[in-house]
Amino acid sequence: MTLVLEDISKDFEQRNIRSSALLSINLEVGEKEFTCILGPSGCGKTTLLRIIAGLEKATTGKVILGGSIVTGPTSRTAMIFQDYSLFPWRTVLDNIAFGLEMKGVNEEERHKVASHYLDLIGLCGFGKNFPYELSGGMRQRVAVARALAIDPAVLLMDEPFGALDAQTRNMLQKQLLEIWDKTQKTVLFVTHSVDEAVFMSDKIIVLTNRPGTVKEVVNIDLPRPRDRTSQDFAKVRRYVLGLIDEPQSI
Amino acid sequence: MQVTPELPRWWHRFLSKPVFLKIALPVIIIISWEVLSVLIGNEFILPSIVSVLLVLSNPFADILGSGSLVGNAFVSLGRVLIGFMVAAVLAIPIGIGMGRSGRVHDFFDSTIQVFRPIPPLAWVPLALAWFRIGLLSMVFIIAIGAFFPILLNTLDGVKSIKKTWVEAAHTLGAKERQVLVKVVIPGAAPTIWTGLRVGFGIAWMCVVAAEMMPGTNSGIGYLIITSYNWGQVQVIIAGIVIIGIIGLGIDILFKIIERKKFMWRELDR
Repeated sequence: MTLVLEDISKDFEQRNIRSSALLSINLEVGEKEFTCILGPSGCGKTTLLRIIAGLEKATTGKVILGGSIVTGPTSRTAMIFQDYSLFPWRTVLDNIAFGLEMKGVNEEERHKVASHYLDLIGLCGFGKNFPYELSGGMRQRVAVARALAIDPAVLLMDEPFGALDAQTRNMLQKQLLEIWDKTQKTVLFVTHSVDEAVFMSDKIIVLTNRPGTVKEVVNIDLPRPRDRTSQDFAKVRRYVLGLIDEPQSI
Repeated sequence: MQVTPELPRWWHRFLSKPVFLKIALPVIIIISWEVLSVLIGNEFILPSIVSVLLVLSNPFADILGSGSLVGNAFVSLGRVLIGFMVAAVLAIPIGIGMGRSGRVHDFFDSTIQVFRPIPPLAWVPLALAWFRIGLLSMVFIIAIGAFFPILLNTLDGVKSIKKTWVEAAHTLGAKERQVLVKVVIPGAAPTIWTGLRVGFGIAWMCVVAAEMMPGTNSGIGYLIITSYNWGQVQVIIAGIVIIGIIGLGIDILFKIIERKKFMWRELDR
């Protein structure tokens, strides 16, 4: 399913002062593509993701997913939050099965599907545990499984590894790429880490400072799996870093 | 020159244990009680511990033709349960509604702020005027006492639900109703439970007072006020002890369930 953003703008009003967070964003994300939205903090990248997820309304413009306009949250997109937002009163398995339960799938069937995704994230044997018994990295994997279990077309990830230590972060990046490879989902990934963006994506959308607008779309053609220490990687990284550091003209 | 008195080692060890601190005050109270009762020497003012224990040791014996301690305690407990249920059935839905919708909040809030500071006992004359003596007026007073803590805790619990829980549920395909049943209520449940615990405590206090209303003829509060009229101070104290024990017991029960069912609240994070 392709995802098209047409002229998305978002204004916020605070104490009668209108300020623009996003300005006329046009984008196209191809099927099965791994795309990163990269930008300085406060540039509105999370807002953009929330608009795509249907959690917030754009002031102007529209989000078109597979030919139809997104008006609210749909199970064609699944969002993964930085704080995992697992339901702490549910077991890991019941967390993963949540979306299916909402659809009215019976318990046996949804546990079967959930177990499959539990396997996929490498946590089989943890189904009966509660989220608070898991580490941060494990919790975020459960959140990924929970999102995948509803079989969405697009996976929206809002700085999912932002709260993790560097080592766990690198490990999860690799795991996510493996999962992406296996499930063939379209992924839209928000990050402020240039390194993460270059390591993960087919395409990086670089946003400007607030109000965020598309500064440049960088295609990353480095072969996978990528080597962070290679010269080519460093070259691309330097280039993208340059885009972010440049003084803004708007 | 300083002289340190020589005390046996076990005595030092005993003093340094927390259990000593926990039992110290009760022991002091009991000793002073006994000393005072001997000094006063009047059973109608302060009976000795022994005569209170005598009453407590026969909890099933009829007292002054008003029934036994245990029997009356059960009558009171039954009334509390009814009033408490009425309060919970009203307070929890209103609290959830107020927590979820600004309009519902605005609709109820001003009224609640006005009625909340009124002590439940201030309603006694009105209860008598409206419902006469009987179960209904007692239930009314108990329900008013339990209503506000349950309501305010429910409201707080619903409001403090993580926004991303609700958003995650929405993106996973949950409808409004499902968000309410599967996210809002379980997410707020620990705080609602706290409200129920506090509410029950207050309801328990209210029932005793409500049973002291003129014309009542059963319940632990009635037993106490009758004993006062007959000058049976040892029964009054025995009744108070029973009230305390039951109140404490129910509170502990609530806490045990809280620890079992809502462990995640402490551990999540």
